[in-house]
Amino acid sequence: MFSVDRAHRAPAMNFAGELKLMKSSVVLIALVSAWACAPARSTRAPSPKADSTQTPGLGGRSLPNADPFPSTYVRFPSAPTVIRNVNILTAAGPMISNGAVSVVDGKIVAVGASVEVPAGAVVVDGTGKYLTPGLIDTHSHVGAGGAPGTQANSDVNEGTNPSTPYVWVEHSVWPQDPQLPRELSGGVTTLQVLPGSANLIGGRSSVLKVVPARTVQQMKFPGAKYGLKMACGENPKRVYAARGPSTRMGNVAGYRAAWVTAEVYRRRWDKWNKESKGDPPVRDLGMETLAEVLRGNILVHNHCYRADEMAQMIDIAREFGYKIRAFHHGVEVYKVADILAREQIGGSLWADWGSFKMEALDGIKANVALSDRAGVRVAVHSDDASGSQRLTQEAAKAMAAGNLAGIPVSAEQAIKWVTINPAWQLGLDDRIGSIETGKNADLVLWSGDPFSIYTRPEKVWIDGAMLYNRADPRQRWRTDFELGFVPTPEGMNR
Amino acid sequence: MKYSSRLNVTRGLVVCAIGSVLPDAIAAQTIAITGGKVYPVSSAPIDNGTVLIRDGKIVAVGAGIAIPANAKRIDATGKWVTPGLINSATQLGLVEVGQIANTRDDAARGEDNIAAAFTVWEGVNTQSVLIAPARREGVTNIVVLPSGNHLVSGQAALLTLVDGMASDMVVRAPVAMVAQVQAPQAAGTGARAELLVKLRELIEDTRAFVRNRAAYERAATRDFAASRLDLQAMIPVVEGRLPLLVTADKANDIDAALRIGRENNIKIIIGGGAEAWMLADRLAAARVPVLTGAMNNIPGSFTTLGQIQENAGLLRRAGVQVIVIGNSGNGDEETFNVRNIKQEAGNAIAYGMSWNDALRAVTLTPAEVFGVADKIGSLRAGRDGNVVIWSGDPFEFTSNAERVLVRGREYPALNRQELLTERYKQLPPNPAMPIRR
Repeated sequence: MFSVDRAHRAPAMNFAGELKLMKSSVVLIALVSAWACAPARSTRAPSPKADSTQTPGLGGRSLPNADPFPSTYVRFPSAPTVIRNVNILTAAGPMISNGAVSVVDGKIVAVGASVEVPAGAVVVDGTGKYLTPGLIDTHSHVGAGGAPGTQANSDVNEGTNPSTPYVWVEHSVWPQDPQLPRELSGGVTTLQVLPGSANLIGGRSSVLKVVPARTVQQMKFPGAKYGLKMACGENPKRVYAARGPSTRMGNVAGYRAAWVTAEVYRRRWDKWNKESKGDPPVRDLGMETLAEVLRGNILVHNHCYRADEMAQMIDIAREFGYKIRAFHHGVEVYKVADILAREQIGGSLWADWGSFKMEALDGIKANVALSDRAGVRVAVHSDDASGSQRLTQEAAKAMAAGNLAGIPVSAEQAIKWVTINPAWQLGLDDRIGSIETGKNADLVLWSGDPFSIYTRPEKVWIDGAMLYNRADPRQRWRTDFELGFVPTPEGMNR
Repeated sequence: MKYSSRLNVTRGLVVCAIGSVLPDAIAAQTIAITGGKVYPVSSAPIDNGTVLIRDGKIVAVGAGIAIPANAKRIDATGKWVTPGLINSATQLGLVEVGQIANTRDDAARGEDNIAAAFTVWEGVNTQSVLIAPARREGVTNIVVLPSGNHLVSGQAALLTLVDGMASDMVVRAPVAMVAQVQAPQAAGTGARAELLVKLRELIEDTRAFVRNRAAYERAATRDFAASRLDLQAMIPVVEGRLPLLVTADKANDIDAALRIGRENNIKIIIGGGAEAWMLADRLAAARVPVLTGAMNNIPGSFTTLGQIQENAGLLRRAGVQVIVIGNSGNGDEETFNVRNIKQEAGNAIAYGMSWNDALRAVTLTPAEVFGVADKIGSLRAGRDGNVVIWSGDPFEFTSNAERVLVRGREYPALNRQELLTERYKQLPPNPAMPIRR
C-alpha cells in the first residue's frame, strides 16, 4: 500500500558462528583473488579451418553453441569443509537426521550419517540446524531491473518490437545491483535472469551464480545452456495493441511466423557450416537464437498463465519441432497437469499469487501440490526479488495448501521445488540441486527447519566457499551502490 | 467421471452447505469455545480457557467459565485461540482485478490533489471473491485505504468481513485521513518542501473555514486551497480527533510528518516507514504509531534506501506502537494475499520482534490506534465475537485456521479458490459443484 515501487503490477511493464573456524580475512582474500584471477581476455573458440577465400571472422559465422561472452567465473578459494551433526534435506531422498557432509575443492565428496574429516578441514557444527542444497530461482529479473528502480535501471523489456529474440538479458545485468547480496542472504545460489514478458519472444536468459563480481561474465554459470523467454497471453497483446499483435490469435501468428523464418535460417546455416561452400548466409542474431532452440541447444521458458494457452503452445512447439522446458507462472497448470507431465514440461509456479489480471484469476494455493502429484516437475519461483529471498517460505505455503487439500506433501518433496526441480528446468541437475557426491557444493545452513517461518539462513556456500555468514556482518557482501547510500543498523555505511 | 463428495477440506467441523448467509437464528445462539489455549491479547494467555459468545458478542473469557446448557460447544482442546486478525493496509473489495479498470474503486480523481472527502469504503465490492479467502485464513477485520498518492487521498475505514453490504461491514469510518509527504509530483508540487507548504496551507485553510463558516456560506471569504467538502472532511483532523495517516518512508520525510503534527497538534500515524528505525526514539517520544512490514529489505527506490526487515522489531524495542502490514511490495498483499498478514507478522518475529508483540501488532494495536479497541482486537467481554481457532502457532505455515468466527458466525461455504481446487483434484475435472458435507 505504502510502497512507491509498484512497478511490478504496473500495467504495461511487469517486469517488471564459526568465526574462529573461518578467519574473517579469508573471504576478503578470496574475493580479491577471484577478481584478480579472472582472465583479462575472453578465451575464444578456435577458428574453423580456413578452406575458402570467403572465410569470415568468427563474428560473421553463425555457429551452434557459439559463446561470444564466455563465463569467466572462478570458484572462490576455500578450505575443505565438513558440516556435521546436521539434519540434511538432500533433495535426493529421505532426510538424513544428524548427518554430515564433506566438501573438498568445491565439490561434495561425502554425505551420510558421518564422514571422514579431510586434513585441514574447517568443521562446522550444525546441531539443531538444517542443511539444504543452495536454492535455485528459475525466474528473476534481478540485475536487469536493478534497485533502486529507476528508468535508468530498467533494462528488462526491450519493448520496441513484439519479437526480440536478438537480445540477451546478460547485456542488461548490473553486477552491482544491491538485490544480489540479498538473494544470497536468502539462500539463493543460482538464478535464472530472464528478459521480461512484454514480447512474444523476449530474448535469451542467463543463468548466474549469486556471487560478487565486476562483470556479468564472472557470474555466469559455466556451461549452462541459454534459455529463451517467450510469453503468452495478455502482456504482448496489451503492450503492442496499437501496432499488433492486439489479440491472442495475433500472438500465435507471431510465434509461428518467427519459427517459420527460423527453420529456414537453421537449414541454411547448418548446410553452410557443414560444407563451407560459396558465400555464407547473412547472420541474423534473432534467427540464430531461434535456430539454436530448434537444434536443442537453448531451453524454452514460456511465460503462460492459462491452461488452454499452454495446450496451444505445446502444439506450436510440436509443429516446429522444439521442446518447451517449462511454463512459468502457470497459475492454471493444475488444470492440465496431466498433459504437462506427459510432455515432460516443467512448471515454475508461485505459491499464492493471483487475481492481478484476468489470466491470473484462477490462481489457487494448491496449484503446486496438485501439479506435483500429477507428475509435473514443479519449481516454486519468485519473479520478485523480495519473494526470491524467502523461497522456502513460499514452498512452505504451497506444501501447507497441499496438505490442507488432502494432497500430502513431505518436507523431502517440498525441498525439491526450490532445488533439484529448478535445476532440471535449467538443465543443470547433473551439477547442482541436490546434496549428493560429486555435485557442486552449493549449500545453505539454516537456523532450523527451513519450512518454519522463524528460520533464517545462517551460512551459504557456493562451490564450497562460504560467501554468506550471518554471524559476521563485517564480511557481508555490499555492492558498490550500497556504500554510502544504504544505511544499516550496524552503522556500517562505509 | 466419478465425483467423490468426500472433501478433504480439513477444517474441523463439517457442515451442510447452505450458502454463506446463515439464518439469524444461528448468530443469535450461545457458543462456547472450550479447552484451547486462549490468547486474549489484552491479558495473559489462559490454558484450557473458554470463550463464551452470545448473539455475536463475547460475553466471557477465562478458565472455569460456567457454560449455559443451551450453548453450542466447540472443542478447541490442543488448539490455539486468538482474536481475529486485522490487516490494516488493504484494498480488499476496492480492487478485484488489478488490471481491469472498471473493477477498481480505490482512488479518487482528486482534481486539486486533495480528496479528503473521499469515503472509499462506500465503494467496497461486498461480493468480492477475495474476501472469503482472507477470512478463511483468520483475517476478520481490515482497514481499507484509498490509493492515488494525492496530497490527501481520502479516508481510511475499518471493516469487519461479514457478508452483507458495506454498511453492515463498517466498524468505524473514518479511522484516519490518508496523506503523503514523499511524492511531490503526485501531490501537484515540484519538491518535498513545496508539498509541505501545500499541506500546511490545507491545514490553515481548514481552520479558517471553521472560523468563518457563515461568511463562507455567503461567499464572503478568500479562496481556500480545497473544496468545501474536502475542508469539511479535514475538520476532525485539524481538531486532533482524527489521525492523519502519513505515507512516509525516508527518515527525513518521517521527521517532517512529525513536525507537521507537532506544529498543528495533529495526531500522526506513519504508513510505510521504511527508515522509521532511524528515528525510533523520536517516534516513541511523540507517541506516533507506525504501520510497517517485515518482508522487505530492498532499497527499491531513493525513498526506501534504508529499508530493513528488522524495522518492526527495532521500533517496538524503542517503545513505538507498531502495526504490522504487508510490505513485500508486489501488490498482492493488499488484495489476493491480505491473508498473508500472518506471514508478515511471523517474519517480524524472525527479525527481532517478540511473539506477543507480533500477535498484538495484527490484533489489539491496530484496534487501539484506530479507536475501535472497545469492539475488536482482543478476546474480552463486550467485544465482537471475532475468534480464530488455530491448529497450532498461528504464524507457522503448518498451522491452519480451523474455525473462524466473525461476529459469532462461521462461513462454511467453499470459496472460489477452494471450488477450483476441488473441481480439479481429478483430471479430467468434474464440472459438478462440490459441496461441503
